[in-house]
Amino acid sequence: MSLALGATDAPGRVGRGLIGVAAFIGLAEVVTRAGIVNPAYLPPASSVLGTTGRLLVDPAFLVHVAGTLAAWAMGLAAAAAIAIPIGLLLGSSRRVRDASAAAVELLRPIPSVALIPLAILLLGRGLDMRVALVAYASAWPILFNTIYGVRELDPLAIDTARAFGLGRSEVIRRIALPSAAPFIYTGLRVAASIALILAVSVELIAGGAPGIGTWMLANSGAGVPRELLYAGIVVSGLLGLAINGLMVAGERRLFAWAPRLRSRL
Amino acid sequence: MTGGLLEVDGLGFRHADAAPDAPPAIEAVSFSVPGGSLVAVVGPSGSGKTTLLRCVAGLVRPTAGEIRLDGRPIDGVPDATAVVFQDYGRSLFPWMSVADNVDLPLRRLGLAPAERRTRVSDALAEVGLAGTEASYPWQLSGGMQQRVAIARAMAYRPRLLLMDEPFASVDAQVRADLQELTLSVWQAHGSTVLFVTHDIDEAVYLADRVVVLSPAPARVAADVAVGLPRPRDQIATRSSAAFVELRARVARLIRR
Repeated sequence: MSLALGATDAPGRVGRGLIGVAAFIGLAEVVTRAGIVNPAYLPPASSVLGTTGRLLVDPAFLVHVAGTLAAWAMGLAAAAAIAIPIGLLLGSSRRVRDASAAAVELLRPIPSVALIPLAILLLGRGLDMRVALVAYASAWPILFNTIYGVRELDPLAIDTARAFGLGRSEVIRRIALPSAAPFIYTGLRVAASIALILAVSVELIAGGAPGIGTWMLANSGAGVPRELLYAGIVVSGLLGLAINGLMVAGERRLFAWAPRLRSRL
Repeated sequence: MTGGLLEVDGLGFRHADAAPDAPPAIEAVSFSVPGGSLVAVVGPSGSGKTTLLRCVAGLVRPTAGEIRLDGRPIDGVPDATAVVFQDYGRSLFPWMSVADNVDLPLRRLGLAPAERRTRVSDALAEVGLAGTEASYPWQLSGGMQQRVAIARAMAYRPRLLLMDEPFASVDAQVRADLQELTLSVWQAHGSTVLFVTHDIDEAVYLADRVVVLSPAPARVAADVAVGLPRPRDQIATRSSAAFVELRARVARLIRR
């Protein structure tokens, strides 16, 4: 029932959202055309959008987008490969969790961007360095959500499986992992956004190999039309929007059974 | 006591983290459940009924005494038991369809897939849920979810069905329906049932015998033969003089 309600409400919500975006763009256009803001600082929205459209079909620019997405995807995958197993271990063992708590609390507050100079020294300005930093930053939400997911395991669910004679490995595979999966996925969804922020930030600071940040750095000098920089910002925003949209859609598809999603739909 | 399908012999249980001088939760409980019978265990809340059932299910190890199934002491979870818990919302797995929930315990019995499918659909049909195979438990009402849990237990074909306050969280009408379902399934399969409840009416209505536990530390205060004729009827049985007398007797035993 709640599912049907959500479905009928969705077009209205999307429609209102589109109206809001259109109004925002229209306002930006008016503000510059009327001379309220100097067009040298803020070019008209129509010309920024036009430049964005041209960039999105320009192979030379798309190489940069591909560079950012490669660092994003590889960094996120590395983070998941490291953080999920560690999270499962820390979540299921109180002793290991206690033993590692101090180290975790020491590492976690370090802003990932503060590690950029060190990473450049150790790994250079190429893809390796970017992947390492993206992985470091995005591992944390995956780790903590995995620990949380394992700790939220319902003892009665485990007892039920045990009472029907399921062994330890079957209980882990059929009960513990599926029941922690929505939490792990939430960690991945949060990490996916952080990974994009890190990928672009690292490019902006380190430059080097192709990436949206590298491209923006090259197009931020004097004499370059400001539309290009704004278009680069718009493309970064669209990437973030697309990534989050895909992750949310995946969550709805995979975890419609999870109680917190059920109440949200 | 010998000769029962299930024999609980001098069972004692003390929580591992209890103070050394604290009394045990269960102290020397003995009773037996003959094959084919339905035995209820009642007791005041906190009397260790659920702990007793968890010992029989092999989920926790008693700290004293012995539990025998078919004359063999149980060590770990017996193959021949199935459990229906009170909290169906937590004991059904929300990521599995109704059919997969019923099928899960069957996977380890080494049955052919076709046999498993037949058992699943037969069990669901028997509890009045034919056609719900592809639904998810959370799409069903509470009473229907507990029917799924009963179907899961019956599809497993246990020698001994353990029920832990199974109808304590459904409303009165649904409870009556589920009691009838329990009786009809029990009779149709000739199974043996150990039914834990705090509801004296329910215990007397369903059971052949009622084992009455004392307040903690739990001991057997009385083992009452019910002897009401079967088939029982929600209205006729419950209004009979014999039922009212038995209910009062059990209530007095618990209050004492």
